[in-house]
Amino acid sequence: MKICVLIKQVPDAGSVLRIRDDESWVEEDKLVFTANESDSYALEEALLLKEAHGGEVIACTLGPERSRQVLKDALSKGADRAIFLHDESFNNLDCNGLAKVFAKVLEKEHCDLILCGLQADDTGEAAVGPMLAQELHLPHVTMVVQTELLDGGLKVKQELEGGWFRQVETSLPALLTIQSGINKPRYASLRGIMAMKKKELRELSATDLGVPATELAPMQTLQRIYVPVKTKETVYLEGAPEEVVAQLVDKLANEAKVL
Amino acid sequence: MGKILAFIQLDDGQPNRNALEALQGGQQLAADMGHQLIGVVFSASSPQQLQFKMDEIITVAAPELEHYSADTYVAAMAQIIAAEQPDLLIAGHTYQARDWLPRLAAQISRPLISDCIGFQKGAQITWVRQVFQGKVHADVTTGEGLAIVSFQAGAFRHDRLESGSPAIRSQEVDLSAVEVQVRAGEPFQDTKAAVDLSRAERIVAVGRGIGDEEKLALVRELAEALGAELGSSRPVVDYGWLSHDRQVGSSGQTVAAKLYLAVGISGAIQHQVGMKNCGCIVAINKDANAPIFEIADYGIVADLFEIVPRLTAAIKEHRSA
Repeated sequence: MKICVLIKQVPDAGSVLRIRDDESWVEEDKLVFTANESDSYALEEALLLKEAHGGEVIACTLGPERSRQVLKDALSKGADRAIFLHDESFNNLDCNGLAKVFAKVLEKEHCDLILCGLQADDTGEAAVGPMLAQELHLPHVTMVVQTELLDGGLKVKQELEGGWFRQVETSLPALLTIQSGINKPRYASLRGIMAMKKKELRELSATDLGVPATELAPMQTLQRIYVPVKTKETVYLEGAPEEVVAQLVDKLANEAKVL
Repeated sequence: MGKILAFIQLDDGQPNRNALEALQGGQQLAADMGHQLIGVVFSASSPQQLQFKMDEIITVAAPELEHYSADTYVAAMAQIIAAEQPDLLIAGHTYQARDWLPRLAAQISRPLISDCIGFQKGAQITWVRQVFQGKVHADVTTGEGLAIVSFQAGAFRHDRLESGSPAIRSQEVDLSAVEVQVRAGEPFQDTKAAVDLSRAERIVAVGRGIGDEEKLALVRELAEALGAELGSSRPVVDYGWLSHDRQVGSSGQTVAAKLYLAVGISGAIQHQVGMKNCGCIVAINKDANAPIFEIADYGIVADLFEIVPRLTAAIKEHRSA
């Protein structure tokens, strides 16, 4: 079974974000970056499927130079090889463009399964996965919380809203978007980290892929980002921990009357 | 005159609440842009509840649409779009919409602005959406031609829908050539939740900020001192530290406690939709930009380990006084 996992590098969930003066994006110089959370679960699911059924796991990312790290981490955890899509012209891609670039790479790989996280924790569009499935004319299932390989197909459990689920069957090849919590992502072992250094990490540019720039012209433009204006009047309690706690107990007892 | 198509998702024949909220956004957009607003339902008849101000409702009936599948929904909507030539297609950002709208956008090669929380009018419409899990907002525009936009739950108010009696028109689609590649079973719930948080008067909820399973004891003690149920955000359940029936949010329970104390929870929208209607919301988080403070009545920007043990002691003291 040949599985490709798409991984995006994003700022760590605990990051304190500072917006650039020109409001174009956040300042990146002091941020700690990591693999997108649901993508880490997708990688683990790919590794588990490979361990159970044999095959190959390919890790793939698109991004600036720093994002090479998520591929090294994936290789250290057990992915067999990695593809790094890196080109200045990729910087302004929208979700349609991203799907087209990934499709260009993956149409040559003929994977049985493509896994990605359900959404990126930075841009939060939840769009590239199903779009890529469309570009490759593959079936897809979103928000998968369990996978089971059948003869020539796949049975998965799909999360619906409000604690509901359903079983879904699909033929292979297929694309799944993976929900967080589906498994327990492993840490890289020292041996894995040593092995990583000998594994293939192939870098591909727009020219290598042969995607015409006209096909990738973004159809949407990010005008600015900003800290939202608060609509609710939050009372902030400040001071030493003891004072803050005393204020809170007083407010809860006498103002909100919920104690 | 331009055209806005509003897709109204039906769940067991009933209009989905998020879809109705998006429809109210559609009414505002239609008024602001001077466009027609046309509802679209994938059903032979329009549900009686859809007595809202729209220019018309298109009903689309086909046996292939009786059960949801991305393949048939995409094919049907692509045909409706080809026939109607709308400027805008709007929908609620439901789990179902997340499944098929991106696929539609890729097929017809049009932009998708997903999970919007509003819009601003101007020479062109500016769409507002959240990035970085709600910590930051982004203004997005599209060029000429059809844009597909999905609206977050709660972005607009369904109880502010203007009423009306739209004309109903049925539209044929031919889905005979569509190969359905994905077969879904009936929805089910896992073993009935042992904990019913929806009835809890007080909830202490813990998030990723707790950092370590062993530290959960601190939050348990606080919950006990308050006589509160223990709840959590998604990561804590994903890590296996608490069972799924403790999870509050879009994929867990929706709660309406009088007191909701959020400890180390950043408050991404997926969590907020499950708890924002609580009476009094207290947030303890070391990140002043955490979106939980957007909806908190009382906010404490501090290390939770500095606050929680002291708060437990103070509550105990208060209750025994």
